[in-house]
Amino acid sequence: MKNAALAALLAAGLAAPAMAQNAPAVTFDVGGKFDRSFNQAAYDGAEKFKKETGVQYAEFEVRNAAEREQSIRNLARRGASVVVAVGFNNRSAVETVAREFPNVKFTIIDSVVELPNVQSVVFREHEGSFLVGMLAAMASKSGKVGFVGGMDIPLIRKFYKGYEEGAKYANPKADVLMNMTGTTPAAFNDPTRGAELARGQFDRGADVVYAAAGATGLGVYQAAKDARKLAIGVDSNQNHLHPGTMLSSMIKRVDVAVYNAMIGARKGTWQAGVTVLGLKEEGVGWAIDEFNRKLVTPEMEKKVNEAREAIIAGKIKVTDVTAPR
Amino acid sequence: MMDDALAQAVSLLASTLRLAVPLVLAALAGLFAERSGVVDIGLEGKMLAAAFASAAVAHVSGSPWMGLTAAVAVSCALAGVHAYACVTQRGNQVVAGMAINVLAAGTTVVLAYAWFNEGGNTPALPDPARFRAIELPLAAALSGVPVLGRIYAGVVSGHNILVYAAAMLVPLVSFVVFRTRFGLRLRAVGENPHAVDTAGISVSWLRYRAMFACGALCGIAGAYLSTAQGAAFQREMTAGRGFLALAALIFGKWMPVPAVLACLLFAFADALQGRLQGVELPGIGVVPVQAIQAMPYLLTVLLLAGFVGRAVAPKASGVPYAKEK
Repeated sequence: MKNAALAALLAAGLAAPAMAQNAPAVTFDVGGKFDRSFNQAAYDGAEKFKKETGVQYAEFEVRNAAEREQSIRNLARRGASVVVAVGFNNRSAVETVAREFPNVKFTIIDSVVELPNVQSVVFREHEGSFLVGMLAAMASKSGKVGFVGGMDIPLIRKFYKGYEEGAKYANPKADVLMNMTGTTPAAFNDPTRGAELARGQFDRGADVVYAAAGATGLGVYQAAKDARKLAIGVDSNQNHLHPGTMLSSMIKRVDVAVYNAMIGARKGTWQAGVTVLGLKEEGVGWAIDEFNRKLVTPEMEKKVNEAREAIIAGKIKVTDVTAPR
Repeated sequence: MMDDALAQAVSLLASTLRLAVPLVLAALAGLFAERSGVVDIGLEGKMLAAAFASAAVAHVSGSPWMGLTAAVAVSCALAGVHAYACVTQRGNQVVAGMAINVLAAGTTVVLAYAWFNEGGNTPALPDPARFRAIELPLAAALSGVPVLGRIYAGVVSGHNILVYAAAMLVPLVSFVVFRTRFGLRLRAVGENPHAVDTAGISVSWLRYRAMFACGALCGIAGAYLSTAQGAAFQREMTAGRGFLALAALIFGKWMPVPAVLACLLFAFADALQGRLQGVELPGIGVVPVQAIQAMPYLLTVLLLAGFVGRAVAPKASGVPYAKEK
């Protein structure tokens, strides 16, 4: 009895304060909604929805794996119009909860759950990574470029493979150094280690480094700035973080995916199934703005844009390591 | 080839030093606490609170020294709370330490949220608000000298001032603990507080002083993480370093120099794992990332199980002292 009361109390504590009728909900992944990268892109999408519709969405920031299922279940129970789960880590939680609540809509970003009430949005990150790989190889003076990944999982390997192929496409002799930060989700939130890995790559001769590591990347970009090398951001446009040493960012439009899910649920256009966003759909791309304009020569820009067209046209094939063989 | 190997070794050793500093400072902090008879598993929390305080104050004031002062003050305040709970009130020391950790993990994020609105992080610090790398005299001139000059320029020179401070604190702490009257009483109070009390020396006051020394050292360690090695506070950025330092302390049998060597060993394993990823080892080939990342832990288990022998804690450690009535 006492336990049940405690559980109820905990459940109430976990849930955000009273949710507006028919409002959407979003859960952010480890790293937090202000990681200036992956989760922040999701946050931007949700904020855009709020601004346009005036509807306050419910949200939850996951701090550890144990909270995932509970938070998604709570949001579903309280009648969210759609529960957007950001991050591949939520896959099994969404799968479980979506079965329990067949009438609630779920959208999962970065993973696929094949259920009639789940919309799965995945990106062709390898295509965008290919383009920034080309930029890295063209900007590099040493011919060595680096990659710092977050958690060692196929999704992050997908970024790496595209990046490596892009670098070798631009400069067949390019050397690509690779480090993974760790093997747990905490690897997406360890900037100290990210900085140390980047310094290690600089010491080995790399002069451009690409981080696909969430908040860990912040350490990588800082290390690049300290060592006066170049860095490439990921997911959100991170060019503004350190103008002058941020070569570009591989943009992944998580914001668009989150916004579309929320607005779709509101307008009744939301559909279950798998959506794949690549260069063609402008779901991924590379960022050029006033912060990195000086670092990208017109020639580099031209070559990258040509490659972009060629990938869309199918003339360049970028390996997707997560594709079923 | 030879030259390349030397460059690698220099980079590896420099990285080891950078990674070892917070461990060394925290281990020395733990040494004061435990030698006085207070088990301190709150090193982690004190470091974390200090890291936040220094980043926040450095951001507002623009001075890393102000940040360091704030870090030491906050960490000492927490040490004071810890001491009050387990010396004055004779509470359970482990529970009190854990409470410090939980308190720090929560408070830092909440305050960061409220003050900076960046989701539990502090804004990135500009260069003047950080402890920057210092070139030691003659480093540039000597870098041409084979081997020794390279080591001097690459390993000894080029760190921030807190690294050198940590290096100087090791002999200083050794001296204080083993060569001063305070040190003698400190060690005595951890072994046999009754004897100290009989001699007319206040057990509580000694333990309080030990805890303040512990707090000050944790404060420096925290400031190092957020304003020297890194350039902002990120939530949970200590990432278990306090506990690792505690392990090093046990490993070093509560002696300063062996504990510091243990810290260096942990840091070396950490630095090495970043550099061995994806590198072809002669005769072995490329080792999977997971195996390499497990290395520091394997090393710890092996050494703890096989080589340390019996580690005997100070006798009164963990036992609250009650004056006989």
